Amino acid sequence: MSKDNQILEELTSKEYEHGWSVDYEADEAPIGLSEGTIRWISAKKEEPKWLLEWRLKAFKTWQAMTEPKWANVHYPKIELQSLKYYSAPKQGNKPKNLDEVDPELLDIYKRLGINLNEQKRLQGIAVDAILDSVSVATTFKGTLSKLGIVFCSFSEAVKEHPELVKKYLGSVVPMTDNYYAALNSAVFSDGSFCYIPKGVRCPMELSTYFRINAANTGQFERTLIVAEDESYCSYLEGCTAPQRDENQLHAAVVEIYAGAHAEVKYSTVQNWFPGSKEGVGGIYNFVTKRGICAGDFSKISWTQVETGSAVTWKYPSCILKGDNSIGEFYSVAVTNNYQQADTGTKMIHIGKNTKSRIVSKGISAGKSQNSYRGQVQVMKRATNARNFSQCDSLLMGDRCGAHTFPYIDIQNSTAKVEHEATTSKIGADQLFYCNQRGISTEDAVALIVNGYAKEVLNQLPMEFAVEAQKLLALTLEGSVG
Amino acid sequence: MLSIKNLHASIEGTPILRGINLEVKAGEVHAIMGPNGSGKSTLASVLAGREEYEVTEGEVSFKGINLLDLSPEDRAREGVFLAFQYPVEIPGVSSTNFLRTAVNQVREYRGEEALDAVKFLTLMKEKMRLVEIDQKLLSRSLNEGFSGGEKKRNEIFQMAMLAPTLSILDETDSGLDIDALRIVSNGVNQLKTKDNATIVVTHYQRLLDHIVPDFVHVLYNGQIVKSGTKELALELEEKGYDWIKDEVDSKATV
Repeated sequence: MSKDNQILEELTSKEYEHGWSVDYEADEAPIGLSEGTIRWISAKKEEPKWLLEWRLKAFKTWQAMTEPKWANVHYPKIELQSLKYYSAPKQGNKPKNLDEVDPELLDIYKRLGINLNEQKRLQGIAVDAILDSVSVATTFKGTLSKLGIVFCSFSEAVKEHPELVKKYLGSVVPMTDNYYAALNSAVFSDGSFCYIPKGVRCPMELSTYFRINAANTGQFERTLIVAEDESYCSYLEGCTAPQRDENQLHAAVVEIYAGAHAEVKYSTVQNWFPGSKEGVGGIYNFVTKRGICAGDFSKISWTQVETGSAVTWKYPSCILKGDNSIGEFYSVAVTNNYQQADTGTKMIHIGKNTKSRIVSKGISAGKSQNSYRGQVQVMKRATNARNFSQCDSLLMGDRCGAHTFPYIDIQNSTAKVEHEATTSKIGADQLFYCNQRGISTEDAVALIVNGYAKEVLNQLPMEFAVEAQKLLALTLEGSVG
Repeated sequence: MLSIKNLHASIEGTPILRGINLEVKAGEVHAIMGPNGSGKSTLASVLAGREEYEVTEGEVSFKGINLLDLSPEDRAREGVFLAFQYPVEIPGVSSTNFLRTAVNQVREYRGEEALDAVKFLTLMKEKMRLVEIDQKLLSRSLNEGFSGGEKKRNEIFQMAMLAPTLSILDETDSGLDIDALRIVSNGVNQLKTKDNATIVVTHYQRLLDHIVPDFVHVLYNGQIVKSGTKELALELEEKGYDWIKDEVDSKATV
């Protein structure tokens, strides 16, 4: 074994920080998936009839579908019948405000470094905290509602704003879209809902923090963001899960609607449990995220820092329907040990003068496999569409893999599409250079990786960027080659 | 300050250094010259702790510490600095950020407080003058797209920032035009004190017109075969290395 690999072995022993779990009394759906399960969930959530019917329709659609096999990931068959589809901490009566939320639940978030107490919270970020299948608390609701902004759990939105939910649910990601989206449509439990009225600039970052706690439970949340004409919002998503030997399924759907001149920035720092060093356990993260730039001059920007999950299958996409609309995708995907990631984006140019930009930075270490899969589609009507894609891969060690699968489909000859790709390795020379200046190997790796991912990290809101930098360093600690 | 005794080192089983002996005292400048492949750069790398080289025999003591026991970063923190012949590029990391990390890790090792942004920038401004380096260059990614001269100047700038006890300049003159050579040499000369020492590894006498050595050593086949004062460098410039090679080779055959 070379010295480099030795260092790699020694230092990848870093444990997952959020691997603990808490015992609390939970309200759980019976194990297994059937029409009965769906009726159970819907009844539990006291949903209107139309939503139950929508779920059942999705379930029928899903039953006729098969699991997609085209992604460059390998995992044993998921026993969907042995999962629980709903698990919620028992809270008695639904708490009306933060003071009524069970302190034990607030403690869970505190341990994760997320203080839900508004006074102690840094100003400028509103949080919706989702534990397993339900939202436990949403902060700053009052402040936001004065501006007409709705920011609440999905379940609450169904009750309080059924007309909005009905109008937009499934409008960007139809239930027929794919296997996991259909499954999510049938069994989704909670998530965040966010509505920015016309002309309003949301004054604070909105964020959802997802935490899976219960064992053998799938998390199927659904997020819907509607930004009316001339509005703006920046949305953050964070996730962690306990360390468990069995794999857990997370199949979420995120839909974004942007009206004319509206802008939505969606940032994710994904830190689900990646499995042990030997590849045991970890989250299967099969997520459908899509935004539609429905109005002219609208803009949707996805930024993701993916460090966790055993298997990731995720392509945050933009449908550029409005003329002069802009879609962006900035991604850093890190895989270490036995992690597998197949991630990228789709940019679908429909409107005239639409622009898209893709910056994907893959980092593979250990025995992991990291794939970029991206599609740029320019439709007939999309005169003067522009796309720029840059896909870089950074390899550490000699047992990992980096793959790039770009698909380009152009039906309009005025399109200008550029694709750049590079593959590099953290060199022994770079490390020695840093060492010779007194910088330890761990810090040198962090420095080099952060430099490599800088273009993407720069897109994140300030506090998130600092978190992300630390997380990158942690995930890769010592993965040197 | 530095005492090298019977140092043998090899790379992938091939011996390169075959018994180096060298004493360097505080305040001295030593030049190491020699033909291509004689082991000059290997000596520099071994002293800095490059892992590809295996030390098979001998001792190196630096300020009384066994240097060979230390990791490369600890050698740097103890005050060994290597100005690289080919400085590497680190995309996305500014020279400023890089150096701040380096300076503060060295300070931490020495039990000193980390420099805050203001203090660090003040120090940087002061040292920038030494090598006439532009601040714009320092906000760019480390060495990325730098000209040969800029890279070497940046090396000496880093040396100024880290204030080492022992500086090893590995062919710092290669790739420099006359002006850059003057600037780099001026920087090195200004950094010289009675408490630090410099080892200059070079092919050419040219650099030694600017950085005047107290001693000149000729390295051949992994050994120091001749030592002298700066006049030896002039003699080499005039006569080349062949006469030394002949001298050594004939001794060997006798």
